[in-house]
Amino acid sequence: MLLDAGTPAGPIEEGWDAHRFGVRLVNANNKRRFHVLVVGSGLAGASAAATLAELGYRVTVLTFHDSPRRAHSIAAQGGINAAKNYRNDGDSVFRLFYDTIKGGDYRAREANVFRLAQVSNQIIDQCAAQGVPFAREYGGLLDNRSFGGAQVSRTFYARGQTGQQLLLGAYQALSRQIGLGNVELLSRTELLDVVVADGRAVGVVARRLLTGEVVSIAAHAVVLATGGYSNAFFLSTNARNSNATAIWRAHKRGALFANPCFTQIHPTCIPQSESFQSKLTLMSESLRNDGRIWVPRETTDAPPEAVAEDDRDYFLERRYPAFGNLVPRDVASRAAKQVIDADLGVGPRRNGVYLDFAEAIGRLGADTIRTRYGNLFEMYERITGEDPYRQPMRIYPAPHYTMGGLWVDYNLMTTVPGLYAIGEANFSDHGANRLGASALMQGLADGYFILPVTIGDYLAPQLGQPEPTTDRPEFAAAEAQVREQVARFTSARGSRSVDWFHRELGRILWDECGMARSREGLERAIAAIRALRAEWDADLRVPGTGDELNQSLERAGRVQDFFELGELMCRDALEREESCGGHFRLEHQTPDGEALRDDERFTFVSAWRHAGPDAPAELHREDLQFRLAQPTQRSYR
Amino acid sequence: MRLTLQIWRQKAPDAPGAFVDYQVDASPEMSFLELLDQLNERLTLEGGDPIAFESDCREGICGTCGLMINGIAHGPQQGTATCQLYVRRFSDGDVITVEPWRSAGFPPVRDLVVDRSAFDDIIQAGGYITVPTGSAPDANLVQVARGEAELAMDAAACIGCGACVASCPNGAGQLFTAAKLAHLNLLPQGQPERSRRTLAMVAQMEEHFGSCTNHRECEAQCPKGVSIDFITMMNRDYRMAVRENRKAGGEER
Repeated sequence: MLLDAGTPAGPIEEGWDAHRFGVRLVNANNKRRFHVLVVGSGLAGASAAATLAELGYRVTVLTFHDSPRRAHSIAAQGGINAAKNYRNDGDSVFRLFYDTIKGGDYRAREANVFRLAQVSNQIIDQCAAQGVPFAREYGGLLDNRSFGGAQVSRTFYARGQTGQQLLLGAYQALSRQIGLGNVELLSRTELLDVVVADGRAVGVVARRLLTGEVVSIAAHAVVLATGGYSNAFFLSTNARNSNATAIWRAHKRGALFANPCFTQIHPTCIPQSESFQSKLTLMSESLRNDGRIWVPRETTDAPPEAVAEDDRDYFLERRYPAFGNLVPRDVASRAAKQVIDADLGVGPRRNGVYLDFAEAIGRLGADTIRTRYGNLFEMYERITGEDPYRQPMRIYPAPHYTMGGLWVDYNLMTTVPGLYAIGEANFSDHGANRLGASALMQGLADGYFILPVTIGDYLAPQLGQPEPTTDRPEFAAAEAQVREQVARFTSARGSRSVDWFHRELGRILWDECGMARSREGLERAIAAIRALRAEWDADLRVPGTGDELNQSLERAGRVQDFFELGELMCRDALEREESCGGHFRLEHQTPDGEALRDDERFTFVSAWRHAGPDAPAELHREDLQFRLAQPTQRSYR
Repeated sequence: MRLTLQIWRQKAPDAPGAFVDYQVDASPEMSFLELLDQLNERLTLEGGDPIAFESDCREGICGTCGLMINGIAHGPQQGTATCQLYVRRFSDGDVITVEPWRSAGFPPVRDLVVDRSAFDDIIQAGGYITVPTGSAPDANLVQVARGEAELAMDAAACIGCGACVASCPNGAGQLFTAAKLAHLNLLPQGQPERSRRTLAMVAQMEEHFGSCTNHRECEAQCPKGVSIDFITMMNRDYRMAVRENRKAGGEER
């Protein structure tokens, strides 16, 4: 099946305006007749819920956290892009659009990306008005910095805590609506199934985490804003509890899953130090503004200060003189992997490359560097016990963000009518590689400015129809299925813990479906995942019961979904016989080791349909057309 | 390293609790929460009951984690959330007590987990600037002096973990409330609602938490170093708001 995204006809530049004029609207007084369920309270979920409630919709928000403010958007450090061109350095909506399409290696949908660039400026206005304490110039105007994949300075930031401050802005807007009684908040509540009846999403089944109670919630529309799935790798920069359960169970109820193999490995993370490590910590990409990345030219265990200037290889500056240390993430990660594979890595495990601030400190002074990155330097020192003001940081790539996600049309609706996916949970805007400072932009674009408009098109025709109710067999069946899964897990008394399996699964995915992939390796991975899954079914141990706070039980459900999703990631990587962005197939590279796309055969979005527990997923396609940005070999030289 | 952990165990909010001792082997490179992960792994495989504790980002920003370690909120390292505390801060043979936040404003849930929804209530009462989506002017239309913006950011850095309440002998919620008030009240965008916000948030705070008597434990144990100067600002704003409110005939409330 060929998928139709419903992008507007006519010039792309006018598409969003034309589309907004074309969508059906719900009259202000009628909005209260509609109940929208928003799952997740990160940037996308909180901004959408607040905005929908401001418009007059009745909104319920579900989050597994104890408070909406804990969502993992809070950990985004570096910044948010917008095409304001406040620096007068040649930026424009078109340039942001073009950089994003090119950065995504020509695997994103032009119409969506253009719209994203258009609304980017409104986001900054909105957030500044909410009191987000963005960095300022002495004159009181907003400051900017540069990020990878761009030659202009368009990134707005609040120290190294931009995600925190943007999320608190959205959380506060949401809190206002909760206080006004327009939003009902169900915290510590985890979605465990999406309920589909008569071909539409009509609600969800969820588990109250403190009591184990399984509840049904009916709604006119369901919005999934539940983030990405990097935790499939076990070790990633994501929070411990980030998971794919909501989008995966939606997938099993009919929502197509797009580009699962498009995962982003972030170049600047603290290398793994020990085998019991529970997560990898990101060091913001903004550090690459002033830090220089290098390794010794020859394998050595000498400390960095003992390596003479001439014996250092600033490999990004050497290979990519035009962008230098600010090449996009996929390019920087792959280059780091290549030098480490050549045994030029640094640190006790030789698993890192240096990110060196000596030159910047010499040029700008330690105080300036402290103002720009103080909190990141402190974080680094706390974790490693090393002082980056005196010796270079050690960094290595780690799974960070997933460009893949539920397939959505131009209205951000999945292939299940009434079910929407926004933010990282969808696949839409970043193609095969996301540029730094664009995740915050996309989450807030979807939540503040796009979904609240497009959802009316689905709701308007339902006016006058009966209120949705949980009193239908589909809810009872979904509840029974959830209870059955809880019972199965809590009677699992094997000899291995959930975390053990998760770690093993992560190792398989990282080795074979990480930064470099091959047919052989991916086939090996699929076999290994299946074998591990059989072991999981036979030998898992989950303590406790289903009627209480049971964190092992929560994790069991999430890891089980990662097994299935992990296999699909490998399948997708296997089918995509080209290299693009974060997806690097060893069989498809240029003589100098760059990703080699195959536009003839693969200028499309892969969208997978679940075909039941025992049948392989079916591949569908959305063909991509490029009208404004002509695909070229990406060059950052 | 060999450590003894004395951990508070409590099955349910109304069940009795007690300290239980666990001997653990630890590596200095582990984070403190990874040590608990490892202990939970052992308890799971031994057929025991793993310890319930909360954490999420494990990089000190989400505010989910929060343990009383040897009587200090987030443990012995200043300016550090529990998740960023490493075992290298301890010595071989140490006995370490681990407790939940204890405060009337944070009712117990299970083991080391408590309910901090009182903080959400305070934000819902007024911890925002009213700006419906779409109604904002161009961001550079409102200038903010750099010093003010920086100070607002110092206050906005609060992660809502609750260490301030847990460390306070009175169980006061002043530092959390004051940090949010300072963040918003310092900015030009926050002026129109300043009085209303201050009155509403303080009233909500007092419903849940005790009173401040300047012990300064909150500041000392705050993982983000939020200053009690903000409490002074809150008190001043509160007095001004009460006076204004009186003049306006109580309309602000």
